Amino acid sequence: MPPGQYLTEDFPVLSAGPTPNIPLDRWEFVIASEDGREYRWTWDELLELPAEEPTVDIHCVTKWSKLETTWRGVSLDVLMEDVETTADFALAHSYGGYTTNLPLEDLLDGKAWIVYEFEGSELAPQHGGPARLLVPHLYFWKSAKWVRGIQLQEFDELGFWESVGYHDYGDPWREQRYQGD
Amino acid sequence: MSARIEWRVATLAEFRNETATARTLLLDVPGWPGHLAGQHVDVRLTDADGYSTQRSYSLGAPADGERVELTVQKVPGGEVSEYLTDVYSIGDPIELRGPVGGWFVWHPSRTAPVLLVAGGSGIVPLMAMVRARRQARSRAPFRLIYSVRSPADQYFSSELRRSAVDDSGLDVTTVYTRSAPPGATREPGRIGGADLERYGWPPQFEPTCFVCGPTGFVEKVANTLVGLGHDPRRIRTERFGPTGG
Amino acid sequence: MTQDYQDGNALAGPLAELFAVDVTAATGRCVSCGDTGRVADLRVYGHELGWVARCPSCDHVMLRLVRSPDAAWLDLQGTLSLRVPLPPS
Ligand SMILES: [Zn+2]
Repeated sequence: MPPGQYLTEDFPVLSAGPTPNIPLDRWEFVIASEDGREYRWTWDELLELPAEEPTVDIHCVTKWSKLETTWRGVSLDVLMEDVETTADFALAHSYGGYTTNLPLEDLLDGKAWIVYEFEGSELAPQHGGPARLLVPHLYFWKSAKWVRGIQLQEFDELGFWESVGYHDYGDPWREQRYQGD
Repeated sequence: MSARIEWRVATLAEFRNETATARTLLLDVPGWPGHLAGQHVDVRLTDADGYSTQRSYSLGAPADGERVELTVQKVPGGEVSEYLTDVYSIGDPIELRGPVGGWFVWHPSRTAPVLLVAGGSGIVPLMAMVRARRQARSRAPFRLIYSVRSPADQYFSSELRRSAVDDSGLDVTTVYTRSAPPGATREPGRIGGADLERYGWPPQFEPTCFVCGPTGFVEKVANTLVGLGHDPRRIRTERFGPTGG
Repeated sequence: MTQDYQDGNALAGPLAELFAVDVTAATGRCVSCGDTGRVADLRVYGHELGWVARCPSCDHVMLRLVRSPDAAWLDLQGTLSLRVPLPPS
């Protein structure tokens, strides 16, 4: 367990706004590269991509950790396959307006997924359904709920919590909770 | 610089069960500075792992020296309320800070008519106003409309029955939404414009209206009061989220 | 539609750490829709990571407050102006 964390069996719901209601026929996921090119997937197209079932530990900055959670979704490596970019940073955007920033390399090499199932069932809206980002090696606020796209950019732009005091990177093993940690 | 507001350690001196799921806590808070009716406190619990969580609760009575009163409704799955109603025992410490809030308050120096509309556990800060009025021997005309599901869900029942008789200038009406006691003249049902008209004040009296309860209740009552002609600037509201746990 | 929020009265404690006056009685104007209302009437979400107060008319974020063990971060980008009532001087 990372330092300062305790184990929970629950799955606490942390909210910063109303839970968005996203009809699947209007849902889309967009990766936008730094030169303005956009790569889009509809819901049906996302489901057709090869899926993985990662089992991972998740760590919330509010100090709970949950071990061996299982998810189903598409690896960012698959989604990024045809994307041409030299960007170093990514800003994930969500339905409802939430954002979070992370280095692009933290989304690649089997470290991140767009997931749509949790423990064998479709992902519930309060946990980010229809689909959320899953980046389990960073604090869980980086795993944006209701994800709708990723903006690739050459500079680092602070996200929703990062701009009011939370750590830019958020590594639980180094206890990077707040700026300056 | 010293903190303007600080966490204090409060200990449980006494408790009373109001209903099967609500408990009134009488807390001793050394150094308590006093408060106004309608103000609230934040309560913080920290467990052995260092995990801490906080909730805000209305004060239910005027300050009695260093003793303050809270009434906690148990919210299923609400970690703070379940602890405070089921586990928390005489002599146990909790952290508390306050008083806070300067908007949803009634000053005993005010003489204008007051309409209090409570939904469920929203009665707590309004009860503080009724008690502050009595304590200050205020003659401000008060009307309280208290909406509850059934007689078993009522807080402060005997005190409110007594106050309705003894406190001159205070009218108390209970509106039952699911089941009314035998002999009640009003059919059970949600509070509506007719109730607010019959048991409240006409808008021409320019009452200050305090509305407290669950979000849906507060929105409905506040909108209905505006529809009846009350000035929105004289309507003060406090909402409990369902996660008020 | 979920109602998983409290109202702005819940900000009284956290903001009392920063300000000498009670900010919940202040009137704020929303950057997004221009509506004005009491801070006490904002919709307040969260608090585990931080308090997020949204405009009741348009849901735009008007105030964010994060409390770390040794600092507070306050963001008022979503609030165009704040009128704070004071006793007559
Ligand atoms: Zn607005």
